[in-house]
Amino acid sequence: MITSKIRSRHGILSYAAMTLLGLFFVLPIVIMVIGSMKSNSNVISDQTSLRAFDPRPFQVVDNYQGAADTGRFFTSLRVSVIVSGVIVLVGLIVNSLCGYALARLRFRGQRALFLVIVALVIIPFEAIAVPLLLMMSEVEWTNTLRVQFLPFIAQPLYIFLFYAFFRGLPAELEEAARLDGAGPYRIFWSIVFPLARPAYASAAILSFLYSWGQFLWPVMVARTENVRPLPIGLTFFRGTGTPQWSELLAYATLMVLPVVIVFVAFQRHFVQGVAASGLKG
Amino acid sequence: MHTVSTDVDTVTSSARQAKPPGGPRSVRRAGILFSLPAVVLLLVFMVVPFGTALVLSFTNRKLLSPLPTRWVGLDNYRDVLTDSGFWGALQNNIIFSVITVPVQTGLALMLAVLVNQKLRGSVVYRTLYFIPITFSLSAASVIWLVLLNPSGLLNTVMETVTFGAFTPDWLNDPRYTMTAIILVSLWASVGFQMVILLAALQDVPKSLYEAAAVDGASWWQQFRHVTVPGIRHQLFFVVTITLILSFRLFDQVWIMPPRPGGPLDATNTIMVEMVGTGFERGQIGRGSSIAVLFFLIVLLLTVFQRRFEPAD
Repeated sequence: MITSKIRSRHGILSYAAMTLLGLFFVLPIVIMVIGSMKSNSNVISDQTSLRAFDPRPFQVVDNYQGAADTGRFFTSLRVSVIVSGVIVLVGLIVNSLCGYALARLRFRGQRALFLVIVALVIIPFEAIAVPLLLMMSEVEWTNTLRVQFLPFIAQPLYIFLFYAFFRGLPAELEEAARLDGAGPYRIFWSIVFPLARPAYASAAILSFLYSWGQFLWPVMVARTENVRPLPIGLTFFRGTGTPQWSELLAYATLMVLPVVIVFVAFQRHFVQGVAASGLKG
Repeated sequence: MHTVSTDVDTVTSSARQAKPPGGPRSVRRAGILFSLPAVVLLLVFMVVPFGTALVLSFTNRKLLSPLPTRWVGLDNYRDVLTDSGFWGALQNNIIFSVITVPVQTGLALMLAVLVNQKLRGSVVYRTLYFIPITFSLSAASVIWLVLLNPSGLLNTVMETVTFGAFTPDWLNDPRYTMTAIILVSLWASVGFQMVILLAALQDVPKSLYEAAAVDGASWWQQFRHVTVPGIRHQLFFVVTITLILSFRLFDQVWIMPPRPGGPLDATNTIMVEMVGTGFERGQIGRGSSIAVLFFLIVLLLTVFQRRFEPAD
Protein backbone atom coordinates (compact mmCIF):
# COMPACT_ATOMS: atom_id res chain seq x y z
CA MET A 1 0.00 0.00 0.00
CA ILE A 2 2.62 2.48 1.11
CA THR A 3 5.16 1.32 -1.45
CA SER A 4 2.66 1.62 -4.28
CA LYS A 5 1.90 5.18 -3.18
CA ILE A 6 5.61 5.98 -3.16
CA ARG A 7 5.99 4.29 -6.48
CA SER A 8 3.18 6.27 -8.08
CA ARG A 9 4.57 9.52 -6.70
CA HIS A 10 7.93 8.55 -8.11
CA GLY A 11 6.17 7.78 -11.40
CA ILE A 12 4.51 11.19 -11.54
CA LEU A 13 7.82 12.91 -10.83
CA SER A 14 9.45 10.85 -13.58
CA TYR A 15 6.78 11.76 -16.08
CA ALA A 16 7.07 15.42 -15.15
CA ALA A 17 10.84 15.32 -15.62
CA MET A 18 10.64 13.35 -18.86
CA THR A 19 8.02 15.70 -20.32
CA LEU A 20 9.89 18.84 -19.34
CA LEU A 21 13.08 17.49 -20.89
CA GLY A 22 11.09 16.28 -23.88
CA LEU A 23 9.96 19.87 -24.53
CA PHE A 24 13.60 20.95 -24.77
CA PHE A 25 14.14 18.43 -27.57
CA VAL A 26 10.81 18.78 -29.35
CA LEU A 27 10.03 22.51 -29.26
CA PRO A 28 12.84 23.49 -31.64
CA ILE A 29 11.52 20.96 -34.14
CA VAL A 30 7.97 22.25 -33.73
CA ILE A 31 9.20 25.82 -34.20
CA MET A 32 11.01 24.75 -37.38
CA VAL A 33 7.90 23.18 -38.91
CA ILE A 34 5.50 25.93 -37.79
CA GLY A 35 7.92 28.65 -38.90
CA SER A 36 8.23 27.06 -42.32
CA MET A 37 4.46 27.44 -42.79
CA LYS A 38 3.83 31.05 -41.83
CA SER A 39 4.61 34.45 -43.24
CA ASN A 40 8.22 35.52 -42.87
CA SER A 41 7.52 38.69 -40.90
CA ASN A 42 5.75 36.64 -38.23
CA VAL A 43 8.45 34.02 -37.62
CA ILE A 44 10.50 36.07 -35.16
CA SER A 45 7.86 38.50 -33.91
CA ASP A 46 5.49 35.69 -32.88
CA GLN A 47 8.14 34.11 -30.65
CA THR A 48 7.26 36.28 -27.66
CA SER A 49 3.90 34.60 -27.16
CA LEU A 50 2.05 31.36 -27.75
CA ARG A 51 1.50 32.55 -31.31
CA ALA A 52 4.92 31.01 -31.91
CA PHE A 53 3.00 27.76 -32.29
CA ASP A 54 0.32 29.18 -34.58
CA PRO A 55 1.16 28.55 -38.26
CA ARG A 56 -1.00 31.48 -39.40
CA PRO A 57 -0.88 33.63 -41.48
CA PHE A 58 -0.22 30.73 -43.81
CA GLN A 59 2.42 31.14 -46.47
CA VAL A 60 3.27 27.48 -47.01
CA VAL A 61 3.50 27.39 -50.79
CA ASP A 62 5.56 30.58 -51.05
CA ASN A 63 8.03 29.40 -48.39
CA TYR A 64 8.68 25.99 -49.87
CA GLN A 65 8.73 27.45 -53.38
CA GLY A 66 11.31 29.97 -52.16
CA ALA A 67 13.47 27.20 -50.65
CA ALA A 68 13.25 25.28 -53.92
CA ASP A 69 13.79 28.19 -56.35
CA THR A 70 15.89 30.84 -54.60
CA GLY A 71 17.55 28.33 -52.30
CA ARG A 72 18.14 25.80 -55.11
CA PHE A 73 17.10 23.04 -52.73
CA PHE A 74 16.77 20.34 -55.36
CA THR A 75 20.18 21.07 -56.90
CA SER A 76 21.74 20.51 -53.49
CA LEU A 77 19.50 17.54 -52.77
CA ARG A 78 20.80 15.84 -55.89
CA VAL A 79 24.40 16.44 -54.78
CA SER A 80 23.75 15.15 -51.28
CA VAL A 81 21.92 12.06 -52.54
CA ILE A 82 24.70 11.15 -54.97
CA VAL A 83 27.52 11.83 -52.51
CA SER A 84 25.88 10.07 -49.57
CA GLY A 85 24.64 7.26 -51.82
CA VAL A 86 28.10 6.47 -53.13
CA ILE A 87 29.72 6.77 -49.69
CA VAL A 88 27.16 4.43 -48.14
CA LEU A 89 26.84 1.80 -50.89
CA VAL A 90 30.40 1.59 -52.16
CA GLY A 91 31.66 2.05 -48.61
CA LEU A 92 29.69 -0.95 -47.38
CA ILE A 93 31.20 -3.16 -50.07
CA VAL A 94 34.78 -1.94 -49.70
CA ASN A 95 34.85 -1.92 -45.90
CA SER A 96 33.04 -5.21 -45.37
CA LEU A 97 35.23 -7.05 -47.88
CA CYS A 98 38.36 -5.76 -46.19
CA GLY A 99 36.95 -6.62 -42.76
CA TYR A 100 36.17 -10.13 -43.98
CA ALA A 101 39.63 -10.59 -45.47
CA LEU A 102 41.18 -9.62 -42.13
CA ALA A 103 38.84 -11.79 -40.11
CA ARG A 104 38.71 -14.98 -42.16
CA LEU A 105 41.13 -15.11 -45.10
CA ARG A 106 44.89 -15.52 -45.05
CA PHE A 107 47.30 -13.51 -47.11
CA ARG A 108 50.71 -11.90 -46.97
CA GLY A 109 50.83 -8.73 -44.95
CA GLN A 110 47.55 -9.46 -43.20
CA ARG A 111 48.88 -8.76 -39.73
CA ALA A 112 50.59 -5.54 -40.80
CA LEU A 113 47.43 -4.38 -42.56
CA PHE A 114 45.38 -5.04 -39.46
CA LEU A 115 47.75 -3.03 -37.28
CA VAL A 116 47.75 -0.16 -39.76
CA ILE A 117 43.94 -0.09 -39.89
CA VAL A 118 43.72 -0.04 -36.10
CA ALA A 119 46.20 2.83 -36.00
CA LEU A 120 44.36 4.78 -38.71
CA VAL A 121 41.14 4.74 -36.66
CA ILE A 122 42.74 7.42 -34.48
CA ILE A 123 43.32 9.88 -37.33
CA PRO A 124 40.37 12.27 -37.60
CA PHE A 125 39.53 13.50 -41.08
CA GLU A 126 40.08 17.07 -39.90
CA ALA A 127 43.78 16.34 -39.43
CA ILE A 128 44.26 15.60 -43.14
CA ALA A 129 41.76 18.06 -44.64
CA VAL A 130 44.26 20.84 -45.43
CA PRO A 131 46.87 18.76 -47.31
CA LEU A 132 44.08 16.85 -49.02
CA LEU A 133 42.67 20.17 -50.19
CA LEU A 134 46.03 20.93 -51.78
CA MET A 135 46.21 17.49 -53.39
CA MET A 136 42.71 17.81 -54.78
CA SER A 137 43.28 21.29 -56.17
CA GLU A 138 46.54 20.10 -57.80
CA VAL A 139 44.55 17.54 -59.82
CA GLU A 140 41.76 20.11 -60.29
CA TRP A 141 39.14 18.04 -58.56
CA THR A 142 37.71 20.83 -56.40
CA ASN A 143 34.10 21.67 -57.17
CA THR A 144 33.34 18.15 -58.37
CA LEU A 145 31.18 15.45 -56.88
CA ARG A 146 33.94 12.82 -56.68
CA VAL A 147 36.07 14.99 -54.39
CA GLN A 148 33.18 14.85 -51.96
CA PHE A 149 32.79 11.08 -51.79
CA LEU A 150 36.14 9.46 -52.65
CA PRO A 151 37.92 10.33 -49.37
CA PHE A 152 35.11 8.86 -47.27
CA ILE A 153 34.51 5.46 -48.86
CA ALA A 154 37.18 3.46 -47.05
CA GLN A 155 36.81 4.03 -43.30
CA PRO A 156 39.13 2.26 -40.83
CA LEU A 157 36.43 2.35 -38.17
CA TYR A 158 33.89 0.50 -40.33
CA ILE A 159 36.52 -1.99 -41.47
CA PHE A 160 37.19 -2.70 -37.84
CA LEU A 161 33.50 -2.99 -36.96
CA PHE A 162 32.97 -5.46 -39.82
CA TYR A 163 36.09 -7.33 -38.80
CA ALA A 164 34.78 -7.69 -35.25
CA PHE A 165 31.38 -8.77 -36.51
CA PHE A 166 32.77 -11.45 -38.86
CA ARG A 167 35.02 -12.80 -36.12
CA GLY A 168 31.95 -13.25 -33.98
CA LEU A 169 30.19 -15.44 -36.55
CA PRO A 170 30.52 -19.22 -36.05
CA ALA A 171 33.01 -20.55 -38.60
CA GLU A 172 31.34 -23.96 -39.06
CA LEU A 173 29.05 -22.92 -41.91
CA GLU A 174 31.92 -21.50 -43.94
CA GLU A 175 34.00 -24.58 -43.11
CA ALA A 176 31.24 -26.89 -44.36
CA ALA A 177 30.82 -24.90 -47.57
CA ARG A 178 34.55 -25.01 -48.15
CA LEU A 179 34.57 -28.80 -47.77
CA ASP A 180 31.76 -28.87 -50.36
CA GLY A 181 34.14 -27.14 -52.71
CA ALA A 182 32.85 -23.57 -52.55
CA GLY A 183 35.49 -20.89 -53.17
CA PRO A 184 35.95 -17.78 -51.03
CA TYR A 185 33.76 -15.63 -53.29
CA ARG A 186 30.80 -18.05 -53.19
CA ILE A 187 31.20 -18.45 -49.45
CA PHE A 188 31.18 -14.72 -48.87
CA TRP A 189 28.23 -14.01 -51.14
CA SER A 190 25.91 -16.88 -50.25
CA ILE A 191 26.75 -17.58 -46.60
CA VAL A 192 28.48 -14.68 -44.88
CA PHE A 193 26.65 -11.77 -46.49
CA PRO A 194 23.12 -12.94 -45.58
CA LEU A 195 24.21 -13.55 -41.98
CA ALA A 196 25.75 -10.09 -41.76
CA ARG A 197 22.68 -8.06 -42.71
CA PRO A 198 22.30 -6.46 -39.25
CA ALA A 199 25.92 -5.29 -39.37
CA TYR A 200 25.35 -3.84 -42.84
CA ALA A 201 22.19 -2.07 -41.71
CA SER A 202 23.92 -0.45 -38.74
CA ALA A 203 26.95 0.58 -40.76
CA ALA A 204 24.75 1.94 -43.57
CA ILE A 205 22.69 4.11 -41.24
CA LEU A 206 25.72 5.40 -39.39
CA SER A 207 27.49 6.17 -42.63
CA PHE A 208 24.42 7.90 -44.08
CA LEU A 209 23.95 10.03 -40.97
CA TYR A 210 27.56 11.13 -41.06
CA SER A 211 27.80 11.82 -44.79
CA TRP A 212 24.45 13.65 -44.94
CA GLY A 213 25.68 16.17 -42.38
CA GLN A 214 29.25 16.63 -43.74
CA PHE A 215 30.23 20.26 -43.46
CA LEU A 216 33.94 21.08 -43.01
CA TRP A 217 35.15 19.34 -46.16
CA PRO A 218 32.49 20.75 -48.53
CA VAL A 219 33.14 24.23 -47.11
CA MET A 220 36.60 23.89 -48.62
CA VAL A 221 35.92 21.99 -51.84
CA ALA A 222 32.29 22.63 -52.88
CA ARG A 223 31.89 26.31 -53.66
CA THR A 224 30.07 26.39 -56.99
CA GLU A 225 26.31 26.21 -56.99
CA ASN A 226 25.77 22.89 -58.74
CA VAL A 227 28.09 20.91 -56.42
CA ARG A 228 26.89 22.32 -53.10
CA PRO A 229 25.52 19.64 -50.77
CA LEU A 230 22.55 20.54 -48.56
CA PRO A 231 24.45 21.87 -45.51
CA ILE A 232 26.44 24.25 -47.73
CA GLY A 233 23.36 25.20 -49.74
CA LEU A 234 21.64 26.05 -46.46
CA THR A 235 24.40 28.41 -45.34
CA PHE A 236 24.58 30.10 -48.74
CA PHE A 237 20.81 30.47 -48.70
CA ARG A 238 21.04 32.06 -45.28
CA GLY A 239 23.36 34.65 -46.74
CA THR A 240 24.51 37.57 -44.65
CA GLY A 241 22.30 40.02 -42.83
CA THR A 242 18.67 39.25 -42.01
CA PRO A 243 17.58 36.08 -43.74
CA GLN A 244 14.17 35.05 -45.04
CA TRP A 245 13.44 33.02 -41.92
CA SER A 246 10.38 31.19 -43.19
CA GLU A 247 12.11 30.02 -46.38
CA LEU A 248 15.21 29.04 -44.42
CA LEU A 249 13.10 26.93 -42.06
CA ALA A 250 11.31 25.37 -45.03
CA TYR A 251 14.74 24.44 -46.43
CA ALA A 252 15.78 22.94 -43.08
CA THR A 253 12.53 20.98 -42.87
CA LEU A 254 13.02 19.52 -46.34
CA MET A 255 16.63 18.72 -45.49
CA VAL A 256 15.98 16.75 -42.30
CA LEU A 257 12.91 14.99 -43.68
CA PRO A 258 14.77 12.13 -45.47
CA VAL A 259 16.78 11.37 -42.34
CA VAL A 260 13.72 11.41 -40.10
CA ILE A 261 11.99 9.01 -42.52
CA VAL A 262 14.98 6.66 -42.45
CA PHE A 263 15.03 6.99 -38.67
CA VAL A 264 11.37 6.06 -38.27
CA ALA A 265 11.73 3.14 -40.69
CA PHE A 266 14.87 1.65 -39.14
CA GLN A 267 14.79 2.90 -35.59
CA ARG A 268 16.26 -0.25 -34.08
CA HIS A 269 19.28 -0.39 -36.38
CA PHE A 270 19.67 3.33 -36.00
CA VAL A 271 19.99 3.15 -32.24
CA GLN A 272 22.33 0.16 -32.46
CA GLY A 273 24.43 1.81 -35.14
CA VAL A 274 24.88 5.02 -33.20
CA ALA A 275 25.58 3.11 -30.01
CA ALA A 276 28.20 1.03 -31.81
CA SER A 277 30.51 3.94 -32.40
CA GLY A 278 31.06 7.58 -31.69
CA LEU A 279 30.64 9.87 -34.67
CA LYS A 280 28.75 12.88 -33.51
CA GLY A 281 29.80 15.60 -31.12
CA MET B 1 36.34 3.46 -30.98
CA HIS B 2 37.49 2.10 -27.62
CA THR B 3 36.91 -1.49 -28.68
CA VAL B 4 39.73 -1.23 -31.17
CA SER B 5 42.49 -1.45 -28.60
CA THR B 6 41.88 -4.95 -27.37
CA ASP B 7 41.91 -7.17 -30.42
CA VAL B 8 45.31 -6.60 -31.92
CA ASP B 9 46.80 -9.93 -30.94
CA THR B 10 43.90 -12.19 -31.78
CA VAL B 11 44.21 -11.78 -35.54
CA THR B 12 47.78 -13.00 -35.57
CA SER B 13 47.23 -15.96 -33.32
CA SER B 14 44.14 -17.01 -35.28
CA ALA B 15 46.00 -16.69 -38.57
CA ARG B 16 48.62 -19.04 -37.17
CA GLN B 17 46.13 -21.51 -35.75
CA ALA B 18 43.75 -21.63 -38.73
CA LYS B 19 43.67 -24.95 -40.52
CA PRO B 20 45.10 -25.08 -44.01
CA PRO B 21 42.07 -24.04 -46.08
CA GLY B 22 40.67 -25.92 -49.05
CA GLY B 23 42.31 -23.92 -51.77
CA PRO B 24 45.19 -22.04 -50.16
CA ARG B 25 46.16 -20.11 -53.25
CA SER B 26 42.63 -19.01 -54.11
CA VAL B 27 42.09 -17.97 -50.49
CA ARG B 28 45.29 -15.98 -50.50
CA ARG B 29 44.35 -14.33 -53.76
CA ALA B 30 40.86 -13.59 -52.42
CA GLY B 31 42.38 -12.04 -49.30
CA ILE B 32 44.39 -9.63 -51.37
CA LEU B 33 41.55 -8.86 -53.77
CA PHE B 34 39.07 -8.30 -50.93
CA SER B 35 41.31 -5.87 -49.12
CA LEU B 36 42.77 -4.15 -52.17
CA PRO B 37 40.06 -1.48 -52.76
CA ALA B 38 40.19 -0.37 -49.13
CA VAL B 39 43.99 -0.41 -49.09
CA VAL B 40 44.25 1.74 -52.21
CA LEU B 41 41.65 4.26 -51.01
CA LEU B 42 43.15 4.50 -47.53
CA LEU B 43 46.58 4.96 -49.01
CA VAL B 44 45.58 7.76 -51.39
CA PHE B 45 43.07 9.59 -49.21
CA MET B 46 44.44 9.04 -45.73
CA VAL B 47 48.01 7.84 -45.43
CA VAL B 48 49.46 10.08 -48.15
CA PRO B 49 47.63 13.25 -46.99
CA PHE B 50 48.63 12.52 -43.41
CA GLY B 51 52.27 12.20 -44.41
CA THR B 52 51.86 15.29 -46.57
CA ALA B 53 50.54 17.24 -43.60
CA LEU B 54 53.67 16.43 -41.63
CA VAL B 55 55.95 17.39 -44.52
CA LEU B 56 54.07 20.54 -45.53
CA SER B 57 53.99 21.80 -41.96
CA PHE B 58 57.74 22.45 -42.35
CA THR B 59 57.31 24.43 -45.59
CA ASN B 60 55.83 27.75 -46.64
CA ARG B 61 53.52 26.06 -49.16
CA LYS B 62 50.61 28.20 -50.39
CA LEU B 63 47.46 27.09 -52.14
CA LEU B 64 48.03 29.51 -55.01
CA SER B 65 51.40 31.18 -55.28
CA PRO B 66 53.85 31.98 -58.03
CA LEU B 67 56.77 31.64 -55.62
CA PRO B 68 58.48 28.28 -55.16
CA THR B 69 57.92 26.33 -51.97
CA ARG B 70 60.80 26.18 -49.53
CA TRP B 71 61.65 24.59 -46.20
CA VAL B 72 61.09 26.86 -43.27
CA GLY B 73 61.91 24.41 -40.49
CA LEU B 74 59.88 25.01 -37.37
CA ASP B 75 58.77 28.52 -38.41
CA ASN B 76 55.11 27.53 -38.86
CA TYR B 77 54.98 25.93 -35.44
CA ARG B 78 56.72 28.90 -33.89
CA ASP B 79 54.31 31.30 -35.60
CA VAL B 80 51.23 29.32 -34.61
CA LEU B 81 52.37 28.77 -31.04
CA THR B 82 53.16 32.46 -30.55
CA ASP B 83 49.91 33.57 -32.20
CA SER B 84 47.34 34.78 -29.71
CA GLY B 85 44.63 33.71 -32.17
CA PHE B 86 45.65 30.07 -31.84
CA TRP B 87 45.82 30.19 -28.04
CA GLY B 88 42.47 31.95 -27.93
CA ALA B 89 41.02 29.19 -30.11
CA LEU B 90 42.55 26.49 -27.92
CA GLN B 91 41.17 28.24 -24.86
CA ASN B 92 37.70 28.34 -26.42
CA ASN B 93 37.95 24.63 -27.24
CA ILE B 94 38.92 23.90 -23.65
CA ILE B 95 36.09 26.03 -22.25
CA PHE B 96 33.67 24.23 -24.56
CA SER B 97 35.00 20.82 -23.48
CA VAL B 98 35.13 21.57 -19.78
CA ILE B 99 31.46 22.56 -19.82
CA THR B 100 30.14 20.18 -22.46
CA VAL B 101 31.70 16.95 -21.17
CA PRO B 102 30.19 16.93 -17.66
CA VAL B 103 26.91 18.60 -18.63
CA GLN B 104 26.32 16.38 -21.65
CA THR B 105 27.32 13.19 -19.81
CA GLY B 106 25.22 14.13 -16.79
CA LEU B 107 22.15 14.95 -18.85
CA ALA B 108 22.61 11.81 -20.96
CA LEU B 109 22.81 9.70 -17.80
CA MET B 110 19.71 11.37 -16.41
CA LEU B 111 17.77 10.78 -19.64
CA ALA B 112 18.94 7.18 -19.83
CA VAL B 113 17.94 6.46 -16.21
CA LEU B 114 14.54 8.09 -16.78
CA VAL B 115 13.63 6.16 -19.92
CA ASN B 116 15.09 2.94 -18.53
CA GLN B 117 12.31 2.78 -15.93
CA LYS B 118 9.50 0.39 -16.71
CA LEU B 119 7.05 3.21 -17.32
CA ARG B 120 4.33 3.28 -19.93
CA GLY B 121 5.40 5.39 -22.88
CA SER B 122 9.10 5.48 -22.04
CA VAL B 123 9.87 4.32 -25.59
CA VAL B 124 8.13 7.43 -26.91
CA TYR B 125 10.25 9.65 -24.70
CA ARG B 126 13.39 7.81 -25.76
CA THR B 127 12.49 8.50 -29.39
CA LEU B 128 11.88 12.18 -28.65
CA TYR B 129 15.28 12.58 -27.01
CA PHE B 130 16.95 10.78 -29.86
CA ILE B 131 15.37 12.59 -32.83
CA PRO B 132 17.77 15.59 -32.83
CA ILE B 133 20.58 13.11 -33.59
CA THR B 134 19.08 12.81 -37.06
CA PHE B 135 19.43 16.56 -37.66
CA SER B 136 22.59 17.71 -39.40
CA LEU B 137 24.42 20.22 -37.23
CA SER B 138 23.89 22.81 -39.97
CA ALA B 139 20.11 22.36 -39.81
CA ALA B 140 20.20 22.42 -36.00
CA SER B 141 22.23 25.64 -36.15
CA VAL B 142 19.69 27.37 -38.39
CA ILE B 143 16.74 26.35 -36.21
CA TRP B 144 18.51 27.65 -33.12
CA LEU B 145 19.23 30.95 -34.88
CA VAL B 146 15.50 31.56 -34.61
CA LEU B 147 15.25 30.41 -30.99
CA LEU B 148 18.32 32.40 -29.91
CA ASN B 149 17.18 35.62 -31.56
CA PRO B 150 17.03 38.47 -28.98
CA SER B 151 13.24 38.22 -29.16
CA GLY B 152 13.23 34.47 -29.78
CA LEU B 153 11.54 31.72 -27.82
CA LEU B 154 14.48 31.14 -25.48
CA ASN B 155 14.40 34.75 -24.32
CA THR B 156 10.62 34.57 -23.92
CA VAL B 157 11.20 31.68 -21.52
CA MET B 158 14.11 33.54 -19.91
CA GLU B 159 12.00 36.63 -19.38
CA THR B 160 9.30 34.60 -17.63
CA VAL B 161 11.75 32.68 -15.46
CA THR B 162 13.98 35.62 -14.48
CA PHE B 163 11.21 38.25 -14.50
CA GLY B 164 12.93 40.10 -17.31
CA ALA B 165 16.29 40.30 -15.55
CA PHE B 166 18.23 38.21 -18.07
CA THR B 167 17.47 38.30 -21.79
CA PRO B 168 20.83 38.52 -23.55
CA ASP B 169 21.52 38.90 -27.25
CA TRP B 170 22.98 35.37 -27.29
CA LEU B 171 24.79 35.42 -30.60
CA ASN B 172 25.96 39.03 -30.77
CA ASP B 173 27.14 39.50 -27.21
CA PRO B 174 30.55 37.82 -26.98
CA ARG B 175 29.93 37.00 -23.33
CA TYR B 176 27.13 34.60 -24.21
CA THR B 177 27.88 33.24 -27.68
CA MET B 178 29.80 30.21 -26.44
CA THR B 179 26.95 29.40 -24.03
CA ALA B 180 24.57 29.47 -27.00
CA ILE B 181 26.88 27.18 -28.99
CA ILE B 182 27.07 24.77 -26.05
CA LEU B 183 23.28 24.72 -25.82
CA VAL B 184 22.88 23.84 -29.50
CA SER B 185 25.55 21.14 -29.27
CA LEU B 186 23.83 19.68 -26.24
CA TRP B 187 20.50 19.60 -28.06
CA ALA B 188 21.94 18.06 -31.19
CA SER B 189 24.05 15.30 -29.70
CA VAL B 190 23.11 14.33 -26.14
CA GLY B 191 20.85 11.60 -27.56
CA PHE B 192 23.95 9.81 -28.78
CA GLN B 193 25.45 9.59 -25.30
CA MET B 194 22.04 8.64 -23.92
CA VAL B 195 21.74 5.65 -26.26
CA ILE B 196 25.14 4.28 -25.24
CA LEU B 197 24.39 4.67 -21.53
CA LEU B 198 20.90 3.22 -21.95
CA ALA B 199 22.34 0.08 -23.56
CA ALA B 200 24.74 -0.15 -20.61
CA LEU B 201 21.98 0.28 -18.01
CA GLN B 202 20.02 -2.56 -19.55
CA ASP B 203 23.01 -4.87 -19.08
CA VAL B 204 23.31 -4.30 -15.33
CA PRO B 205 22.09 -7.56 -13.69
CA LYS B 206 18.66 -7.18 -12.03
CA SER B 207 19.83 -9.41 -9.18
CA LEU B 208 22.24 -6.71 -7.99
CA TYR B 209 19.36 -4.25 -7.52
CA GLU B 210 17.29 -6.90 -5.77
CA ALA B 211 20.13 -7.69 -3.40
CA ALA B 212 20.63 -3.99 -2.70
CA ALA B 213 16.90 -3.55 -2.06
CA VAL B 214 16.93 -6.46 0.39
CA ASP B 215 19.78 -4.76 2.23
CA GLY B 216 17.59 -1.68 2.49
CA ALA B 217 19.56 0.52 0.09
CA SER B 218 17.83 3.78 -0.84
CA TRP B 219 17.34 4.83 -4.48
CA TRP B 220 20.40 7.03 -4.30
CA GLN B 221 22.52 4.32 -2.70
CA GLN B 222 21.47 1.88 -5.41
CA PHE B 223 22.34 4.43 -8.06
CA ARG B 224 25.66 5.21 -6.41
CA HIS B 225 26.77 1.65 -5.62
CA VAL B 226 25.05 -0.50 -8.26
CA THR B 227 24.23 1.60 -11.32
CA VAL B 228 27.37 3.73 -11.61
CA PRO B 229 29.86 0.87 -11.05
CA GLY B 230 27.77 -1.32 -13.37
CA ILE B 231 28.11 1.11 -16.28
CA ARG B 232 31.56 2.50 -15.51
CA HIS B 233 33.05 1.27 -18.79
CA GLN B 234 30.49 3.01 -20.96
CA LEU B 235 30.53 6.05 -18.70
CA PHE B 236 34.26 6.33 -19.19
CA PHE B 237 33.84 5.81 -22.92
CA VAL B 238 31.18 8.52 -23.17
CA VAL B 239 33.31 11.01 -21.22
CA THR B 240 36.43 10.41 -23.29
CA ILE B 241 34.73 10.25 -26.69
CA THR B 242 32.79 13.45 -25.94
CA LEU B 243 36.08 15.07 -24.94
CA ILE B 244 37.83 13.95 -28.13
CA LEU B 245 34.94 14.94 -30.41
CA SER B 246 34.59 18.32 -28.71
CA PHE B 247 37.93 19.37 -30.17
CA ARG B 248 36.43 19.04 -33.64
CA LEU B 249 33.92 21.81 -32.90
CA PHE B 250 33.33 23.58 -36.20
CA ASP B 251 29.89 23.51 -37.88
CA GLN B 252 27.98 25.48 -35.24
CA VAL B 253 30.64 28.14 -34.74
CA TRP B 254 31.01 28.55 -38.50
CA ILE B 255 27.28 28.99 -39.12
CA MET B 256 25.70 30.64 -36.09
CA PRO B 257 27.70 33.73 -35.04
CA PRO B 258 27.53 36.93 -37.12
CA ARG B 259 30.82 35.77 -38.63
CA PRO B 260 32.66 32.44 -38.22
CA GLY B 261 34.29 32.22 -34.81
CA GLY B 262 32.88 35.60 -33.79
CA PRO B 263 31.86 37.90 -32.30
CA LEU B 264 35.31 39.16 -31.28
CA ASP B 265 36.74 35.61 -31.62
CA ALA B 266 34.50 34.46 -28.75
CA THR B 267 33.74 31.19 -30.56
CA ASN B 268 36.96 30.86 -32.53
CA THR B 269 38.15 27.24 -32.37
CA ILE B 270 41.16 25.25 -33.57
CA MET B 271 39.13 24.01 -36.55
CA VAL B 272 38.06 27.55 -37.47
CA GLU B 273 41.69 28.65 -37.22
CA MET B 274 42.74 25.75 -39.44
CA VAL B 275 40.13 26.37 -42.12
CA GLY B 276 40.75 30.12 -41.97
CA THR B 277 44.51 29.66 -42.35
CA GLY B 278 44.74 26.68 -44.70
CA PHE B 279 41.73 27.33 -46.88
CA GLU B 280 40.59 30.95 -46.71
CA ARG B 281 44.07 32.47 -46.58
CA GLY B 282 45.51 29.58 -48.59
CA GLN B 283 48.47 29.09 -46.23
CA ILE B 284 48.70 25.33 -46.65
CA GLY B 285 52.00 25.01 -44.76
CA ARG B 286 50.85 26.89 -41.70
CA GLY B 287 47.39 25.29 -41.86
CA SER B 288 49.08 21.88 -41.92
CA SER B 289 50.99 22.70 -38.76
CA ILE B 290 47.68 23.52 -37.05
CA ALA B 291 46.34 20.18 -38.33
CA VAL B 292 49.36 18.38 -36.87
CA LEU B 293 48.91 20.14 -33.52
CA PHE B 294 45.22 19.19 -33.60
CA PHE B 295 46.17 15.59 -34.29
CA LEU B 296 48.60 15.61 -31.38
CA ILE B 297 45.81 16.77 -29.06
CA VAL B 298 43.54 13.96 -30.31
CA LEU B 299 46.37 11.45 -30.00
CA LEU B 300 47.13 12.57 -26.45
CA LEU B 301 43.48 12.20 -25.46
CA THR B 302 43.24 8.80 -27.17
CA VAL B 303 46.33 7.53 -25.37
CA PHE B 304 44.83 8.81 -22.15
CA GLN B 305 41.60 6.97 -22.99
CA ARG B 306 43.38 3.67 -23.64
CA ARG B 307 45.68 4.05 -20.65
CA PHE B 308 43.06 4.81 -18.03
CA GLU B 309 40.24 2.61 -19.22
CA PRO B 310 38.73 1.13 -16.05
CA ALA B 311 39.77 -2.47 -15.44
CA ASP B 312 37.24 -5.25 -14.97
